[in-house]
Amino acid sequence: MWEYTDKVQEHFLHPHNVGEIEKPSGIGDVGSLACGDALKLTLKIEDDVIVDAKFKTFGCASAIASSSVLTIMVIGMTVDEAEKLTNDDIADYLGGLPKEKMHCSVMGREALEAAIADYRGVILPMAEGEVVCDCFGVTDLDVIRAIKESDLRSVEEITNFTKAGGGCGKCEDTLRDILQATISGIPVVPLTADGPKRMTTLQKIKKIEEVLEREIKPALKKDGGDIELVDVDGDFVMVSLRGACTSCAKSQTTLKEYVEKKLRELVLDTLIVEEAK
Amino acid sequence: MKCDPKDVIYMDNNATTRVAPEVVEAMMPFLTECYGNPSSMHSFGGQVSGSVEKARIQVAELIGANSKEITFTSCGTESDSTAILSALQAFPEKRHIVTTRVEHPAIKHLCENLDRLTGHKHRVTRLHVDSDGTLDLTQYEKALTEDTAIVSVMWANNETGVIFPVEKMAAMAKERGILFHTDAVQAVGKIPINLQELDIDFLSLSGHKLHAPKGVGVLYVKRGTPFVPFLAGGHQEDGRRGGTENVASIVGLGRACELAGETMEEENTRVRALRDRLEEGLLTSVPKSMLNGHKTDRLPNTTNISFEFVEGEAILLHMNIHNICASSGSACTSGSLEPSHVLRAMGVPFTAAHGSIRYSLSVYNTDAEVDFVLEKMPPIIAELRELSPFWKAE
Repeated sequence: MWEYTDKVQEHFLHPHNVGEIEKPSGIGDVGSLACGDALKLTLKIEDDVIVDAKFKTFGCASAIASSSVLTIMVIGMTVDEAEKLTNDDIADYLGGLPKEKMHCSVMGREALEAAIADYRGVILPMAEGEVVCDCFGVTDLDVIRAIKESDLRSVEEITNFTKAGGGCGKCEDTLRDILQATISGIPVVPLTADGPKRMTTLQKIKKIEEVLEREIKPALKKDGGDIELVDVDGDFVMVSLRGACTSCAKSQTTLKEYVEKKLRELVLDTLIVEEAK
Repeated sequence: MKCDPKDVIYMDNNATTRVAPEVVEAMMPFLTECYGNPSSMHSFGGQVSGSVEKARIQVAELIGANSKEITFTSCGTESDSTAILSALQAFPEKRHIVTTRVEHPAIKHLCENLDRLTGHKHRVTRLHVDSDGTLDLTQYEKALTEDTAIVSVMWANNETGVIFPVEKMAAMAKERGILFHTDAVQAVGKIPINLQELDIDFLSLSGHKLHAPKGVGVLYVKRGTPFVPFLAGGHQEDGRRGGTENVASIVGLGRACELAGETMEEENTRVRALRDRLEEGLLTSVPKSMLNGHKTDRLPNTTNISFEFVEGEAILLHMNIHNICASSGSACTSGSLEPSHVLRAMGVPFTAAHGSIRYSLSVYNTDAEVDFVLEKMPPIIAELRELSPFWKAE
């Protein structure tokens, strides 16, 4: 029998904000019947503030309780604040979850992210990764993120947080590799290809542009900056910084620490980003 | 810790059972005054061996065996391991085992780890089951080869209660000179068994499934069957199992077997009727519910029902509020992340497997308890379905 805190029991037996908002500003639909838990989160957002949140959850006590507290936590938050919410915040609010149940809090965070992405009209990067766990449809990016965010140190912990490896167990070796690579800071070897991924320049351009649009531009725009792709030559990516970035003293740091890192993570780990003069 | 059985409605008897008061009474002297070792030369200890032998006869009588064929062990799992590993050592040249996809972990995990345990490569054929949890004998016949050392098929399934035709399967194995083991942990005490007339070489049973305490089991070994002990040690159990006898529990198991013989008819009439009423009641009062397992080829005490679009752990915790004890085949309760291997082998859809509840009754259950469960279940399921994103009320 699981040891649940009083808070989990309370929210499981008397969940708050059950239901679906009509004409929601954002919908987050994660999990599936096959996986054993699923959460549909609907948000009502006015002037970038979450004014209402409702959920429907199929799952165990901790999944229902995590969903219930998630709605309570996000109501009143701005979208930017809500975006920073982590699964640990959800688990902490519940006074902790059994370690095998941490994936329930992760599901809450994923639903929130999906709902915010839906509100903003963007596609989540996580879906872009390579599926490593076929049983539960978990991608390498999901796994890497969980390792980083929750400081995971074993395959068992990865399973507890993401469910990856909890089915047939065939991906355990892959998970171990991802874990080691992530902890040691070495870029993760692509999973499907034999050896490093080979991409044509055209493929690279397409992929780089996707990542710029989806990930990098929105982040730079927050500070009044912008970025354009100028050219791709082999592993060299030439970009041009725009707006506030042109006069920013930290623009080189942004280029290397953020843009290059992101592109290496999401496109190809050998890319080198340079500013086109 | 406080446990008051009067406070609970216990419908989880395939997990474990209440120790019968008569059994406790029979055990008490051996937990207090009669603490001697049955192997001792002095009569203070030696007289205890008489009680162990009496228990051996009581067990033998329940399953139609000779008392010489009964070896006491520590649990059903030990009995299972002993039987399989004994057969593999007795026929080292044979490297094939036939079992099913729905065995208890005691057999399932053993078969998955044989290479490590024996140092040899073994081939394991795991027979498929149909959607009602039954076995196809043509498939079984095809699986038996000259290389097959042993067949291990459970008598009755712990999750669904489905009974396998082990009598016939044992005869088919015998024709081909193959040893036959059955994990009868769920069957013994619930349905009549007469091993004298059967070709079963090994049978495992467990005390705590039939109102004896935990920590005692039996391995039946048919006379003349080659046997290699699992636990080396002293000469106890005729050299078949080293280790000082768990005297009190053995005596308790003997008494429990005697009681099971007496209540067998009640189990198959009154308990069966209670189970049927519970089952029919739930299937009629809860929409989108279904029975898992064959309707008739089944233990009299077990029913496994799926409530679609809700999850088993959540159901159990709501039942727990009303002190109703049962089990689920859902992922969240299995300790893993996938629902029960038994329901998946039967092809039960995920929508239903996650929401499966097993009710397993015993002679201690009453009509009033069934009424109470029938009253409480529909609102629990309805409440959880209100929360479910997959539920669309019709």
